[in-house]
Amino acid sequence: MALLSFERKYRVPGGTLIGGNLFDFWVGPFYVGVFGVTTLFFAVLGTMLIFYGAAMGPTWNPWLISINPPDISYGLAAAPLMQGGLWQIITLCAIGAFISWALREVEICRKLGIGLHVPIAFGVAIFAYITLVVARPILMGAWGYAFPYGIFSHLDWVSNTGYTYGNFHYNPAHMVAVTFFFTTTFALSLHGGLILSAANPGKGRVMKTPDHEDTFFRDLIGYSVGTLGIHRLGLLLALNAGFWSAICILISGTIWFDQWVDWWNWWLNLPIFANVHGGING
Amino acid sequence: MAEYLNIFTQVQVAGVPEMGMVEDVEVGNRTKTASYSTLMGWFGNAQLGPIYLGTFGVISLACGAIWFMIIGGWFWHVAGYNPAVFVRDLLWMSLEPPAPEWGLRIPPMGEGGLFLVAGFFFLISLWTWWLRTYLRAEALGMGKHVAWAFAAALWLVMVLGLIRPVLMGSWSEAVPYGIFPHLDWTNLFSLTYGNLFYNPFHALSIVFLYGSALLFAMHGGTILSVTRLGGDRELEQIVDRGTASERAALFWRWTMGFNATMEGIHRWAWWFAVLVPITGGIGILLTGTVVDNWYVWAQDHGYAPLN
Repeated sequence: MALLSFERKYRVPGGTLIGGNLFDFWVGPFYVGVFGVTTLFFAVLGTMLIFYGAAMGPTWNPWLISINPPDISYGLAAAPLMQGGLWQIITLCAIGAFISWALREVEICRKLGIGLHVPIAFGVAIFAYITLVVARPILMGAWGYAFPYGIFSHLDWVSNTGYTYGNFHYNPAHMVAVTFFFTTTFALSLHGGLILSAANPGKGRVMKTPDHEDTFFRDLIGYSVGTLGIHRLGLLLALNAGFWSAICILISGTIWFDQWVDWWNWWLNLPIFANVHGGING
Repeated sequence: MAEYLNIFTQVQVAGVPEMGMVEDVEVGNRTKTASYSTLMGWFGNAQLGPIYLGTFGVISLACGAIWFMIIGGWFWHVAGYNPAVFVRDLLWMSLEPPAPEWGLRIPPMGEGGLFLVAGFFFLISLWTWWLRTYLRAEALGMGKHVAWAFAAALWLVMVLGLIRPVLMGSWSEAVPYGIFPHLDWTNLFSLTYGNLFYNPFHALSIVFLYGSALLFAMHGGTILSVTRLGGDRELEQIVDRGTASERAALFWRWTMGFNATMEGIHRWAWWFAVLVPITGGIGILLTGTVVDNWYVWAQDHGYAPLN
């Protein structure tokens, strides 16, 4: 069951990081491994606690269920379960599950004899999550600065946190992050479109080649990054989107406390033009 | 292990440049030379050029340049023709659309007329470039997936600068041309219409935006991880699956119980990317025309608290 036609020859023992061959087996299509067990443990416990918190909370409306971090007054202490303690345990479960998942990916990579790009990339996402719910709260001195676990409640958090620092669009790291997100999406549409357009040229036409891909892009913009380069570019853009997102919130409230629009005053105050009259800021 | 990560090209081979497939391309419109950049070659292809100079491409670049120069010229005017002021205030500069009292009429140049002229050239530039993406694919006998993806982006641009202002009855609704001013516009747009985070289409658009980054990290990472087995030769692998495709597929199957195919992952990619501007454009178009306050709308539809 669940084996692809070519799958059996790849299902070999070995490649595990710890545990030897103890959990070195598959369940259906899923590889298990020690980290599969720890992933399952953290994910199930965390999910059950979320449902428990929902049951204790005021609503079962899935859009509005929210597991909130402790009040700021608790600082970095452990809070009672219903005052944010649940959030703290769920956060531990999430981090445990994410890191277990990444290490399980490493084991799968080793088993298949392929590069570690995907688990490393996932590590950047974990870094962004830990930045939001651990690093920044610790630097600011209270778990209450982390975001709540709820669909619209986390959007409210983004909105409120953003406006705490004025118009968040003026945060330079936020600008960089948004630019990377848009550029990633742009590049993804071009890559997806290019491959599909070569593989699906239309009824009655013969499928095209990588040379057609290169030619199309050279005709269009004078440069084709190539079949290998586009995947480096895509990975680089995507990881930067996540990385700079983490940075833009990490610096808000830790090293910059004012309105982000005022951050730009250093530019206006450069001596070469600070006192020149005219224009908008003169 | 590290030598297999393949994050840059260690050996570059330079031969005779590839001047491209011919098919139905009018080769006379293609430049005759190409050069090499070692710097680019570390990351992707080293070859620069040739490029196709068709009628629509030239029109597009000319109109795009005019659009850019109109905005730059206006900034230069606002700076009082002082280079220090120009550089200092560049990020704050704005070419604003006409004020609300002008409605959809055409005001004098200094009061928003120039904005409309710039927008006209922007429109021509974008759509002739769209024709170029379509025609370059057609000349090579390829599908039009890139052109239709670009059309999805143009939908959002058209909504922001043309369709929504017309439906609202005022050019003043359009987005100003300027770095900080367009950010101010975005911020004010959300505040004016009751928190755009409660606009479900905005939410969808962001889901696809983040999903696109996720997908490209997953796809880029997967392909790079199997490049030593030839995984970057995606078109060949689509029709003649090799061990690279098999391992890439099994990685995801063993990780999350599901895998795309070498072709299918590009359909996921294409859809996620094009749905960003499609859903985003719908969300913008409904704002102020159909829905005045997204928070109140969310309360009416059961996904925002009532008090």
